[in-house]
Amino acid sequence: MAKSIDVSDLDIYYGDFLAVQGVNMTIRARSVTAFIGPSGCGKSTFLRSLNRMHEVIPGARVEGKVTVDGQSLYDPNVDPVAVRRQIGMVFQRPNPFPTMSIYDNVLAGNRLNNKRMKKSEADAIVERSLKGANLWGEVKDRLGKPGMGLSGGQQQRLCIARAIAVEPQVLLMDEPCSALDPISTSAIEDLIHELKTQFTIVIVTHNMQQAARVSDETGFFNLKGAGQPGHLVEFNSTEKMFANPDNEATEAYISGRFG
Amino acid sequence: MSIQSPPASLPTLTHARLPRQAPLLVAVVAVAVTAAGLVLGLGTVPAVLIGALVFLVVLPVWSLVVENRRSATDRLMTGLIWATFFVALAPLVSLVWTVVAEGSQALSGTFFTYSFYRTSLDQPVGVYHAIMGTLVITGVAALISVPVGILTAIYLIEYGKKNAFSRVVTFLVDVMTGIPSIVAGLFAFALFTLIFGPGHQSGLGGAVALSLLMIPTVVRATEEMLRLVPDDLREAAYALGTPRWRTIMRVVLPTSIGGIIAGVTLAVARVIGETAPLLLIAGIVQRTNFNPFDGSMTTLPVLIFSERNKGNIEIVWGAALVLMVLVMLLNVIARVLGKILAPKQG
Repeated sequence: MAKSIDVSDLDIYYGDFLAVQGVNMTIRARSVTAFIGPSGCGKSTFLRSLNRMHEVIPGARVEGKVTVDGQSLYDPNVDPVAVRRQIGMVFQRPNPFPTMSIYDNVLAGNRLNNKRMKKSEADAIVERSLKGANLWGEVKDRLGKPGMGLSGGQQQRLCIARAIAVEPQVLLMDEPCSALDPISTSAIEDLIHELKTQFTIVIVTHNMQQAARVSDETGFFNLKGAGQPGHLVEFNSTEKMFANPDNEATEAYISGRFG
Repeated sequence: MSIQSPPASLPTLTHARLPRQAPLLVAVVAVAVTAAGLVLGLGTVPAVLIGALVFLVVLPVWSLVVENRRSATDRLMTGLIWATFFVALAPLVSLVWTVVAEGSQALSGTFFTYSFYRTSLDQPVGVYHAIMGTLVITGVAALISVPVGILTAIYLIEYGKKNAFSRVVTFLVDVMTGIPSIVAGLFAFALFTLIFGPGHQSGLGGAVALSLLMIPTVVRATEEMLRLVPDDLREAAYALGTPRWRTIMRVVLPTSIGGIIAGVTLAVARVIGETAPLLLIAGIVQRTNFNPFDGSMTTLPVLIFSERNKGNIEIVWGAALVLMVLVMLLNVIARVLGKILAPKQG
């Protein structure tokens, strides 16, 4: 099911403001790709352009090409809603639906799209997704309780369960651990390792150790100065990035001698 | 400097305090002064004013002598805020008390079940026709303005996103909020005269006039509630491949429905007591009329107005009480619905 993503010469704009310039990269299927870089360098913007989520912000647009297994995402006749069904997303802050129970939150993707299914089928999806997100053991006795009643780490895993319940091909994660404590973070990192056997995972993180721990490949984004567009400085295997990067700026950033 | 005082380098953290019951004690004294004033033949208002003044002067001065300046200011401000609270509460309590006391005398079984239309001379009169008129006209007004108002707010918040058209709509809604109710009545009167010819009176006309007053309130309240729904939730739904309209129907509205219902109820409560526009377009009638499309219809406020002019004071108070209870019931229902439908925590 997992798919690879090719990005060529991608420019991302907010209105007239060029936020990210000239990104070229290939994200391999069934692997974890991490994006690191200072705040405001466009990592999240770039991530959101991979499932056309950045269009939600008025005035945002892109130039260039993003292809998922040969299919261009930005063809005029591509439906962004269909894109998002195949490329799921987990956000920085856990955002379970407050009106729904844990059970309904997991099924939200299916229910919101009015998929009819039998009770047994729904139960199976909930159990499989919650097990996939390492949350089943903690919530299996209170599936009917509101999702907002869980701890922050549990809520974030619930959001991951919700994202994988619709069986996307790619899972985008925008700093999924930045609001979590180290133990919840570790639980989610373990989860990422398990998920990459089925999904292509792209993760934005501010934590370089996390990038080193979970990812196979790493991209370093930076900006030349305030008001300048962000760009991709280096894209390499994580091993090489953290041991012997090609670019001096990358080494400076990773070793903490930045600026 | 006395011997006990600590060295200057170590400022003390304690100072003398008034006893805990001090405010209560002063309040008792103030009440006693008020009572004495009443006994000595002062009017109620001067006596109460003097009592309040005693409380507001004695406690801070006592505090200034025993405690320090800051405590004295604190006690003065606390006293002032309580005083203004009672000033604000007094007319409300007095109003509720008067309406209940006077109105309850008029209440009886026949008051609720008979209209003004008598078929024999010994038949009792009641306000059944006005209660029904109020419910029908306000109900139809709500039926018109709730969908229009909520859909407008959804457009403004979810689709308009500050484009030129939505700014114009917001401006017009603001203007509509300030329309005097009699002007809304005139508008409905003119509109129905144009369509049905002169002299037309109907409940529907009244409902149209009321909905003009209601729509801006509903739009404003719904807008506020929709703005409170975090964008995170919308993005979460989009990221699951949910189209925008379904996100609104299944995520945004359910999350904010409690507040929207409260806003709608407030809007209903605001128009249920309108008199002027209904005098123009809905008219006054003795019989019970359920059909808003045909013939005049009396509501409780209009009945109160016209009966007071005729001097039937008992019926006036009774109708006022019924109207007040109706509004209160609406508020209770809205609160209960809001509680039931609000997102649950834990």
